[in-house]
Amino acid sequence: MNPRFDFHALAPELILTGVILVVLVVDLFLDEEERWRTSRLASIGLLAALIPVITLAVDGNDRVMFGGAYVVDDYALVMKGFFLVAAWVTLLISFDYIGEGDYYQGEFYFLLLTSTLGMLVIASARDLITLFVALETISLPTFVLAAWRKHDPESNEAGLKYFLIGVLSSAVMLYGMSFVFGFSGSTLLSDISTTVSADGVAPLLLVGIFMTLVGFAFKVSAVPFHFWAPDTYEGAPTPVTAFLSVASKAGGLVAMLTLVYAGFFGRPEAWQPVLWVMAAASMTLGNLVALRQTNMVRLLAYSSIAQGGFMLVPFAVAPDGSGTAATSSFEAVVIYMLIYGAMNLGAFACVIAIARRTGSAELSSYNGLIKSSPALAVTFSLFLFSLAGIPPLAGWFAKFVMFRSVLDAGTTAAVVLGVIAAINSVVAFFYYAGVSRRMILEDPAEEQEPVLVPPALNAAIALTALTTLVVGVYPQLFAKLGEFAAGVG
Amino acid sequence: MNWFDSWALTLVTFIPIVGMVVMLIIPRKEEYSIKVVALLTTVVTFGVSVAIAARFDYDAGGGLQFDVDKPWIDTISSRYHVGIDGISLPLLLLTTFITVACVIYSWNHFPKPHTPKAFLALILVLETGMVGTFIAQDLILFFVFFEIVLLPMFFMIGVWGGPNRSYASIKFFLFTMFGSAFMLLGFLAIFWQTGTFDIPELSAMAGDGIVGSTQNLIFAGLFLGFAIKVPMFPFHTWLPDAHTEAPTVGSVLLAAVLLKLGTYGFVRIALPVLPDAAIDWAPWLGLLAVIGIIYGALACLAQSDMKRLIAFSSVAHMGFVMLGIATLTDIGINAAVFGMVAHGLITGMLFFLAGSVGERYGTREMSRLGGLLTQTPRLGWILGFLAMASLGLPGLAGFWGEFPAILAAYNPLDALPLETFRSYMVIAAVGTVLAAGYLLWMLQRVAMGKVKPEFEQTDVHDINTAEWIAWSPILLFVLALGVYPDIIFGVTNDAVAQLTATAFGG
Repeated sequence: MNPRFDFHALAPELILTGVILVVLVVDLFLDEEERWRTSRLASIGLLAALIPVITLAVDGNDRVMFGGAYVVDDYALVMKGFFLVAAWVTLLISFDYIGEGDYYQGEFYFLLLTSTLGMLVIASARDLITLFVALETISLPTFVLAAWRKHDPESNEAGLKYFLIGVLSSAVMLYGMSFVFGFSGSTLLSDISTTVSADGVAPLLLVGIFMTLVGFAFKVSAVPFHFWAPDTYEGAPTPVTAFLSVASKAGGLVAMLTLVYAGFFGRPEAWQPVLWVMAAASMTLGNLVALRQTNMVRLLAYSSIAQGGFMLVPFAVAPDGSGTAATSSFEAVVIYMLIYGAMNLGAFACVIAIARRTGSAELSSYNGLIKSSPALAVTFSLFLFSLAGIPPLAGWFAKFVMFRSVLDAGTTAAVVLGVIAAINSVVAFFYYAGVSRRMILEDPAEEQEPVLVPPALNAAIALTALTTLVVGVYPQLFAKLGEFAAGVG
Repeated sequence: MNWFDSWALTLVTFIPIVGMVVMLIIPRKEEYSIKVVALLTTVVTFGVSVAIAARFDYDAGGGLQFDVDKPWIDTISSRYHVGIDGISLPLLLLTTFITVACVIYSWNHFPKPHTPKAFLALILVLETGMVGTFIAQDLILFFVFFEIVLLPMFFMIGVWGGPNRSYASIKFFLFTMFGSAFMLLGFLAIFWQTGTFDIPELSAMAGDGIVGSTQNLIFAGLFLGFAIKVPMFPFHTWLPDAHTEAPTVGSVLLAAVLLKLGTYGFVRIALPVLPDAAIDWAPWLGLLAVIGIIYGALACLAQSDMKRLIAFSSVAHMGFVMLGIATLTDIGINAAVFGMVAHGLITGMLFFLAGSVGERYGTREMSRLGGLLTQTPRLGWILGFLAMASLGLPGLAGFWGEFPAILAAYNPLDALPLETFRSYMVIAAVGTVLAAGYLLWMLQRVAMGKVKPEFEQTDVHDINTAEWIAWSPILLFVLALGVYPDIIFGVTNDAVAQLTATAFGG
């Protein structure tokens, strides 16, 4: 069979691949002090890749390729757009961090873009092999990126830990996939869906589904598969941490969405209880441990574990069948992901900006920040309160759609999970507000210089802050995207 | 003037935000321009609300006016629906009016740390949240505005508050947030049952489509959200701490407007949307209300800090408002709305006074104060006037909030247990005696007697210009509403009559 090439549909991936190669080659011919130019190339490349995403969305036709293994539909396009923008913001917050430190520059951007390419592919993948290859394309560059501060043993530890856990989870996932393939005789999700929904499936198939999901659970650092995250987040360069906690996590979540909704949806008993436990455990453990952190990056690491738990809630309560409740839970995950991306990237951008003065992410160094840098302290507080879900900041709407999916489902299990989520929102407020209180209410230890924020970082903070505010006041912007993306083919 | 009719409410809500943005652009050093911009913003906002009141059709006070219904979040069927009726209008005016007074009062005494820009910006954000809550006609819109007030008040207490501010601010925030989480769940449940967030539409349904047991559960959620805000008896513990630590203006806004968001929520949402549950819950609401009246009064008698005493008196006064609401009658709910406005003016003003006294003497301990009437006679007389108003002396505003509420408890809605409410009436009447007790006791200790030796040599100046400008209109209104209560009853009556007719069949 001759695969038909739809160049328009593949344009984002093709453009990004081209840019990756150009960045790699150009870097070879640049002098040491000219290396920063690669970063500009990379950022232009990401924006260029965004153009075909938009034209495809305007065109509106679903495009199916490679025998159904690769689909460009509305859902894929929304996620591709999200990944490209998230990667672009990550570039903005990396420029000065990478440029000023003693780091390789060209390679950094090369690896970041490669990982982004994997995300573009994973949004379209509708087949186990494609999903796996895309996931590895996302992961492999990030193993190296986590260890980027190569003279720092903590960074090495971060990379190694992440690598070992990543490889282990891939192995578990592949093993599970092999079961699923063995029973359905196909790697296509549409075929798997038919097999899974049929009556009287073998218990071993359920084990296969379980193991496949566990593999992705590592990726989204859901409890109890989270233990790599805090150490890796703390040791890795902070822009990489931002990337891991937003884009890479969303990559895993998108894969889970596709797998569950396009593949395993007909057999909720295979995945729903697992996801329920993971959601409840991630929220509770993430929040409780975050309460006790003294390092800002570790705090955000645990907060992102907890936020991941909130994102799993709509999955865990999604009812079978294709009624409105199923759509609303799908929408909820997508909307939560988009909003979380904006506010978490913003929070990390602020952490990086503040660390420029203090050189540390210890919470005590945040005391009295308002005295020296009022704007930064207020903006960071905005992100924190948004993460806590206080209106009129975008986070409230994310929490809102999550609770709505719980009530739409209406089962006892769903309501119990909803109550756990409600209690956790209040607990989470404690540590988010705690940081804000340090910045605004406490007195600084000594007289402090104002934080000097470079323009690129400033742009990243302004962009994410604006998104957080505008979406909070007019949530329809993202709600529309969620609605647009609802349903995976 | 069609343009005005469709934009007036949006203007009155968002002018403060525009003013805040302008103010943020002005550099921190230009204190005078910052203050002028803030003052202008609040004055213009007040002006717009007065224009609304002027164009309000008082013969049709029962229905929504200045109605605007535009798409907002289609995905969840929530709309930007704003409008006012006779119940919202007095509260809207109260809010914009008190905010102007607060800005004028702050003019020359910003609490430490002296940062007018941030302080005034927070007042303006607060104003948007407060006004928005009173005009919202969509549950989600209501929720968002209801929550907007949290952050500015949190920071106002936390940054500019007293020595124990950190504890007080977080306690205030956690209590309210806990309540509003359940309130939001209640709103979602209402939507899940009826398919709409629109308050007028839901009120017109009067609970049709939601079975009794579900109504009771949803009411429980709303109850938690609103009762914590009011605050009703077992949920009141955040209030004395917040008031004691808050800066003067924060206390004034908290007492004058923020507490009303809770009672307003009962009147606007809980009663008309869930009438069957309201009837089941009313005896319990009444019980908690009278416990609040007695408990608040007794707690007042045990206070040594003047501001804390006024804070506990709020618990008692809001008890009368809740008792009026719990009777589910025309008279009771009218009295409740009147009580909200009267309490807003009187207690807000008392907090101004407590702030000024504390600022002059450096303490609010009543055992150290005394002889206000000899040292600063005007301050002393105003305190006396307000104590009379607060204890419900006929002829002043406080009377018309309390007396009809007690009267309504004699004859509650037919579906309610008569004996129970008549006993509540007796208890509430005892509460008024206790109120006279603690207010006169406060007056005696603070205003009468001799100046304590430690302050004899202190040069204490009487009321200054900013205080006069901020206070005299409030005092005037306390008197005017007392002499001619129809200013408010005339506005609210139609709306309340329609509410009870739709919800409880007259």
